Amino acid sequence: MERPPAGSPEAGVEVGQVPAIDDIPGDAIPPPALVEAEVALGRDLEAFAPPTPRRARRVRGAWLRPALGFVGIAALLAVAWEGAKWIAGDPWDVRSILGIPVSIIHDPPYRWMPVNDINLPHAWTIVEAFFETDARGETLLQGLLGAALFTFRGAAVGFALGASVGLLLAILLVHVRFLERALLPLLVASQTVPIVAIAPVVVVGLKAGWLSIAIVASYLTFFPVTVAAIRGMRSADPRAYELMRSYAARDRAVLWRLRFPASAPYLFTAFKIAATASVVGAIVGELPSGIRDGLGGTLLTAMQYYSIQPQRLWAAIAVAAGLGIVCFVLVVLAERWALRHYRPTEPGVAA
Amino acid sequence: MRFTRRMAALGVAVAIVAAACSSSGGGSGELTKVRLQLQWFPQAQFAGYYAAVDQGFYKAEGLDVTILPGGVDIVPATVVAGGNAEFGISWVPKMLASRESGADVQVIGQVFQRSGLLQIAFKDKGITKPEDWRGKKVGTWGYGNEAELYAAMRKVGIDPTNPDDVTIIPQQFDMNAFLNGEIDAAQAMTYNEYAQVLEAKNPTTGQLYQPSDLDVISMEDAGTPMLEDAIFASQAWLAKSGNEDVAVKFLRASFKGWQYCRDNAASCVDIVLKSDAKLPKGHQTWQLNEINALIWPSPNGIGIMDQAAYDRTVQIATDGKILTKQPTDGFRNDLAEKALKDLGGDTKGESWQKATVTLTEGGK
Repeated sequence: MERPPAGSPEAGVEVGQVPAIDDIPGDAIPPPALVEAEVALGRDLEAFAPPTPRRARRVRGAWLRPALGFVGIAALLAVAWEGAKWIAGDPWDVRSILGIPVSIIHDPPYRWMPVNDINLPHAWTIVEAFFETDARGETLLQGLLGAALFTFRGAAVGFALGASVGLLLAILLVHVRFLERALLPLLVASQTVPIVAIAPVVVVGLKAGWLSIAIVASYLTFFPVTVAAIRGMRSADPRAYELMRSYAARDRAVLWRLRFPASAPYLFTAFKIAATASVVGAIVGELPSGIRDGLGGTLLTAMQYYSIQPQRLWAAIAVAAGLGIVCFVLVVLAERWALRHYRPTEPGVAA
Repeated sequence: MRFTRRMAALGVAVAIVAAACSSSGGGSGELTKVRLQLQWFPQAQFAGYYAAVDQGFYKAEGLDVTILPGGVDIVPATVVAGGNAEFGISWVPKMLASRESGADVQVIGQVFQRSGLLQIAFKDKGITKPEDWRGKKVGTWGYGNEAELYAAMRKVGIDPTNPDDVTIIPQQFDMNAFLNGEIDAAQAMTYNEYAQVLEAKNPTTGQLYQPSDLDVISMEDAGTPMLEDAIFASQAWLAKSGNEDVAVKFLRASFKGWQYCRDNAASCVDIVLKSDAKLPKGHQTWQLNEINALIWPSPNGIGIMDQAAYDRTVQIATDGKILTKQPTDGFRNDLAEKALKDLGGDTKGESWQKATVTLTEGGK
């Protein structure tokens, strides 16, 4: 890029104004005065930043404890599940558990409908269902993973779409107060319309296959991102804002150097909500049309045949929940990577 | 020299491309592409069409048929009227309702001759005839599926809208509420939900429920059956020259598919399972057997609409406020009659015998 002649409108430097800091092209050597201004701003902004917290040393196997905790809670849940069935379920006549021959015959003292074999099948029946083969010789687990991959594609594209739209909206609303007042109620209203009412219109109307699924997913994801981004951008230290203004920083510079860094933690919180919501959106988006390749179609088939094979619905639910967790973890990992050097008001000059 | 040679090469290339284009457009060996919109997900209810694809019956007629599975919010009549499919499958009253609200669709082949709708109850409820619904909790899926039931109720003097007469309970598409005892008499199709009950374990005996555990009232017996699965097309599409011929070919190959599924039930079930491997095999075997019983025998040949059955369907639909007025031109038989002329084989299936299908737990 060639540096426009000083004083030309392209330079963005108007007569009688301090040069704006975002007008320094990367490959040109800036005049010394500007460099000084940059450094001064960086130093002054630094003053608002809290001291960098000492990073906790990564302990090898630090993931082990939460993983153990998760397994422990799952085990507790399974015990409670089977315990309820032991007390008030249908009579037990169990000949094998996960392929291990056993002989458990037990007549529960009470009968309580919610824990009978149809409403709450035995935990191992659900696990065993994963390994049942279908007409094609494929196990249910393989089928469900394939379906999860299809749904993930819709959810991921929907998430990207929704997050981008949400962020752009937030930038617009932060800068144009009038629009915020005018649009925000509309956006809130858009979220009170149930997604099951929107999905058929989008999916059946657009006929865009998995892309329309992504659109439904993005409908659920943009809102938390918008709200969090507005809140985050406003959370920037007002003194830092005043300081930048005193250096005649333009909106764009304030956005990049102050507002975005300030909103980062808010944004990632919203992304975590949006990531799980996008999975829900993708599944709901698959329901109304004849799209059968994803988890939505699988859930619907399992629901139709619930009375005769309840374990398949539970298996599908488990995989859907797993997909939600995977999406959540992906955002957490992205957050760790993106914010590895993060300090709340990152000046970005010293880098 | 070089230039002219290049021009010659270009000329040859253009000629080849042109030839290729002309042979792909409208050549006699080319297949006509048509789409069939189902009213629900793939299952043995639509076996005949899947068999016609699998066995090449459509191809033999010069058709390349794509089957579009239905879904929760897909109205086949809307899809066909909108030109997004040439043919659709729908229950007759639902198609007529769409027709009344502007979709220019009409039945061209009435495949199911009988209604498969039942109202089932466990023996201990003592519901053996429509009169016994009085004062009971009676389930219905709604969305137009209540019309036959309500007509049967009115016939014996029960007002379905009066809670003092009967408690109407909205029913889900699975049989849990019935198995849990929340519904005394539940709606069930012979080919699906009824089997689902027989594929579930009776917790008190540890065995599967038996037909002897249930009292079944069919809408056929109650005298208020409506016509179900029919092939329909849009009138505007049929009016275009050549399309009636396409429709006749489509009907003929579809009927052939149903003949195949009547005579080769086991391999027909395999064809259905290929279309959606998630389906339980035992259940689909039962379903095809029951579907065959709704089609065969077809006294006037498969696909021919029986005027009396049509009139009764319209009457019940009008009484049930699914239709506000008598439809005109709701069906035509001439295309199906033409298709039957060259169909060959047994077109009436009078000698067909229902098989005995033993259900297993979970419909496996």
